[in-house]
Amino acid sequence: MSTLQMVIADSVTITKRNALKIRRAPDLLGGVVMLPIVFVLLFTYVFGSMISLPGMSYGEYLLPGIFVLTIVTSAQITGYTLTQDLQKGIFDRFRTLPMSPSAVLTGQTLSDLITNLTSIVTMAVVGLLVGWRINGSLWEAIGGFLLLLLFAYAFSWVTATVALALRTPEVFNNVATLVSFPLVFLSNAFVDSARLPGPLRPIADWNPVSTMVQAARELFGNTSAALPVPDAWPLQHAVPVSVLWSVLLLVVFVPLATRLYKKSVSR
Amino acid sequence: MPPAIVAEGLMKKFGDVKALDGMELSVPEGTVFGLLGPNGAGKTTTVRILTTLLTPDAGYATVAGFDVVRDARELRGRIGASGQYAAVDDHLTAAENLEMVGRLYHLGIKRSRRRARELLERFDLVEAGDRPVQGFSGGMRRRLDLAGALVADPPVLFLDEPTTGLDPRARVSLWEVVAELVASGTTVLLTTQYMEEADRLADRIAVVDHGRVIALGTADQLKEQVGGDRIELSLTSAADLEITRRILAPLAVGEPQVDPAAFRVTVPVTGGAAALTTALGHLAAERVTVRDAGLRRPTLDDVFLTLTGHEAATLAGTTKKIKENAR
Repeated sequence: MSTLQMVIADSVTITKRNALKIRRAPDLLGGVVMLPIVFVLLFTYVFGSMISLPGMSYGEYLLPGIFVLTIVTSAQITGYTLTQDLQKGIFDRFRTLPMSPSAVLTGQTLSDLITNLTSIVTMAVVGLLVGWRINGSLWEAIGGFLLLLLFAYAFSWVTATVALALRTPEVFNNVATLVSFPLVFLSNAFVDSARLPGPLRPIADWNPVSTMVQAARELFGNTSAALPVPDAWPLQHAVPVSVLWSVLLLVVFVPLATRLYKKSVSR
Repeated sequence: MPPAIVAEGLMKKFGDVKALDGMELSVPEGTVFGLLGPNGAGKTTTVRILTTLLTPDAGYATVAGFDVVRDARELRGRIGASGQYAAVDDHLTAAENLEMVGRLYHLGIKRSRRRARELLERFDLVEAGDRPVQGFSGGMRRRLDLAGALVADPPVLFLDEPTTGLDPRARVSLWEVVAELVASGTTVLLTTQYMEEADRLADRIAVVDHGRVIALGTADQLKEQVGGDRIELSLTSAADLEITRRILAPLAVGEPQVDPAAFRVTVPVTGGAAALTTALGHLAAERVTVRDAGLRRPTLDDVFLTLTGHEAATLAGTTKKIKENAR
């Protein structure tokens, strides 16, 4: 078996293992299916009934933000699973097997991709039921979903890196919550960043989450002429910049996570 | 035939703690080698180096002819390892756990599946085979973990404290499995804190302390060295302690130990029950009143006390630190 064949075969094995785990674990499955549904309904009905936007419904404006919120929060499952495997000695067993060392992480992130796909489809269906609409072309919409998945995949590697650096499930969960909430709420996911107060505005404008949300809004056609895009450069070029962000995250965090994985078991 | 496992001058430090300090081993093919020592003696670190999980700071080791550092990749296909913390996946069934390991050894789908079934049968897990591991008892998990180590039929097997934390019945059943394996020609390196376990399973035993081997031999040789058995006598008065010590000194292998607080004298002897009878005869002749007398097998504590002059238990403190570093 060549190295490449081995990486692929082993990644598939690990992906299958993680997918089985998620299917069997009610808590993980809840995070993948239930939480996204709750997010869509809660935000649409609670905020949607209070907030009105010029030229479009708030529910339509909101859904791309909820897509990204779910991607960021459900990435915690990745980290949680990894820290648990690390603690329970499962990585030790993997490391004594003649398998490809990088397959553990590629398998993990690929199974995340499957769960993200499930979450996004669930949200889109529930969203369509409660009034979200795709106003652009079919190709643009497909592009939107693919871009969300690319971003989600890149973000999995970020979480994997953080998890392997922190090592314990408890510490990881605390840090992840502490980081992911400001990351999502200091963005244009729920509010128009142009209306944020002074110092918060540039942060929100340059937040990669904002760029991703803006790109999704454009590709799904959830925009309005009455709601102009802020002047910030990344928001003006949201689609290419989102691709760039995702690629950049992959370039930085794939090697970093791989190195930490190798180090984490050799202690 | 070259030895299946060789280690020479292995050194490993975790921060300031010397986990290994010149560890030496040589295990002939098809034999069971026991590493006996208290927590923190360096047993687990040795196993982690030999199974390619750690690289030594100095020294070298080969397993099945492969260098554990240079040929790590090739070596991994030829060893099985089962640790103290059963590394099984809770949400997967027993069969799925074994199949996954088979796939990662690149046995292919069919062979992995067949091998999983064979092992479930052999380890008495057929009934539980399709249930998630979550509900398994400690003994079942350990058996499954050991089964996982055997998926690829490795010629060399590492068992790190395979029965620590198991109840006596589960322990005996695991011993039987290991004995069968050895009968089929597998080379086994086993670490344990229990003299009884090493005695029962190992052809040769190395007593380990502070990261190196301090004694080496068969179980019988080691017991000879520390005195085969212990006569333990409880007396009624402090005055008898010294007399008893003097009377029994000629029978003792090594020095009798006196515990003045408990009025107790412990005498290492060879010859078992006959030695006890002789000792009691001598004491009766000198009119020493004996409240309680017994013969017991040497424990790890006795081995340690004799070989190092310090008790195994006092090492427990340093252990935690090393374990934490090793995680």
